[in-house]
Amino acid sequence: MMQPGLYHILIISAALFFIGVFGFFTRRNLITMLMSIELILNSVNLNFIAFNKYVWPHKMDGLFFSLFVIAIAAAEAAVAIAIIINLYRSHQSIDVEDAGEMKY
Amino acid sequence: MTTDLLILMKQELVVTFIIFILLFIKIGKGIKNETLLPLIQLLLLTNFVIGFFFNKEGILFGGMYNTTALMVFQKNILSLATYLISLLCVGWLKKSDHLAEFFLLMLSALLGMFFMISAGNLLMFYLSLELATIPIAAIANFDLEKRRSSEAAMKMILSSAFSSGILLFGISLLYGATGTIDFVALPALLNGSPLQLFAFIFLFAAFAFKLSIVPFHLYTADVYEGAPIAVTSFLSVVSKGAIAFIFITALYKVFRPMEEVWYNMLVILSVATMLVGNLFALRQQQFKRFLAFSSIAQVGFILVGISSGAPEGLSAVVYFVLIYVFSNLAAFGVAELISNQTGKETIDDYKGMYATNPFLSWVLAIALFSLAGIPPTAGFFGKLFLITAGASKASYWFIIIAALNMMISLFYYLKVVRAVFMDKSEQPIEKINIPASAKLALLLCGAGIVLLGILSWVYDYIVSLVK
Repeated sequence: MMQPGLYHILIISAALFFIGVFGFFTRRNLITMLMSIELILNSVNLNFIAFNKYVWPHKMDGLFFSLFVIAIAAAEAAVAIAIIINLYRSHQSIDVEDAGEMKY
Repeated sequence: MTTDLLILMKQELVVTFIIFILLFIKIGKGIKNETLLPLIQLLLLTNFVIGFFFNKEGILFGGMYNTTALMVFQKNILSLATYLISLLCVGWLKKSDHLAEFFLLMLSALLGMFFMISAGNLLMFYLSLELATIPIAAIANFDLEKRRSSEAAMKMILSSAFSSGILLFGISLLYGATGTIDFVALPALLNGSPLQLFAFIFLFAAFAFKLSIVPFHLYTADVYEGAPIAVTSFLSVVSKGAIAFIFITALYKVFRPMEEVWYNMLVILSVATMLVGNLFALRQQQFKRFLAFSSIAQVGFILVGISSGAPEGLSAVVYFVLIYVFSNLAAFGVAELISNQTGKETIDDYKGMYATNPFLSWVLAIALFSLAGIPPTAGFFGKLFLITAGASKASYWFIIIAALNMMISLFYYLKVVRAVFMDKSEQPIEKINIPASAKLALLLCGAGIVLLGILSWVYDYIVSLVK
């Protein structure tokens, strides 16, 4: 049986990253956009852990970094959701197209 | 070790202390805004003054945190700007129901910027960058009932979250390529391999997002327009300044081996930033939005200075940010007073303002002259040093484009001055009564704009710090 190597994980994480970017640009629902950002952050975590395991096994920087990324992502999501709730109160919608009073 | 910790991290500790005081005030019995606001102003003034004493250079936590005399000076600029904002925006702040929370969040962001300037490690840099941006998104939403305020906050949090995602992806690739996240160890390991270049482009894009350099500037104007003016001025002065400082540290110290790469990137982005900022500023009617695009153009000029890659570039940028604090805060302060008391925010409303409000008109005129870079004001010297530093690489067409952009910017700044002084209007803005502290802050800004250009020892002092 083939063991998964560094390149397999890097391909998955790159794919996750670009799926996240694609979702962020195409989705119009704010919660889905937030989910896309979470995808991006998780691809980063995967990257860090893979590099740590396969390339720099005697170092701990990558593991610590991914722990902090998880914590910060939670904080960011909390603030973002609070802002989205407030936006829903004033606009009665969480579609970005409806929040377009200011342009150009 | 303990005393070292107390003295080296003095500025961060003072800000943390103020945050805790505010937190306890908030938890305890509420204090009226009339008594709380002077207290906060006093605390912020102490924070600014303490920055000048007991300064020492050193490294803490195995290189994660380092401080030098130049960093202390940069942090003092930011504390000064925060203090001025608390003086200028008294009218709006007094009406706010959540004064303590506002300063809690604003000072958390300031704390993040302090740590960011002192960061010696990519992990530290990332954490402090998040501490510096998330609270700003929260205070951008501070006019809870206004539609535009929540729209601005939404744009701010989404774009900053996206840009930090890009930053992190870049950092992770850099870690994979070099095996370290330490600023001191990184330069020796950079060899320009494709993976490292790819990671560097991601990092650069994230910086460009935070500094609102042109292809990544789209959220800036909306956030500036929608957020309350106190937040807008904080965002455009303090946040931009802090990120410009760490950007220089990153380019000059960490990515020095890639200088050829980032020089070309900076030139292209700087030209685009100046052009787009200026051309969009030409067509704005809303004063805050106008200042937003003008600040994008100013970032373009900062990039001209950064592109030099020499110590002159660093000292020119620090000097320019110091002047920019005074000029931009004066302009925002006038806008705040007018919009708070009359609700008027467009340039057409400012017509004939000189007849009713001569003091505000003069302050606005001096501030705009300084932003445009007209000789007696300090703004001229700021731009002069930036462009001289940029010229050190001898790519003169680049400098010519920067000079041409200064002329375009002159046109739209003077358009506002003309509206204020020369145009007649049937309904000019009525007499505005200026609170004492706002008047003090406006006078300080005016004095700063005029004196910084004349007192040459300020620039000499910055040059001596850089060396």
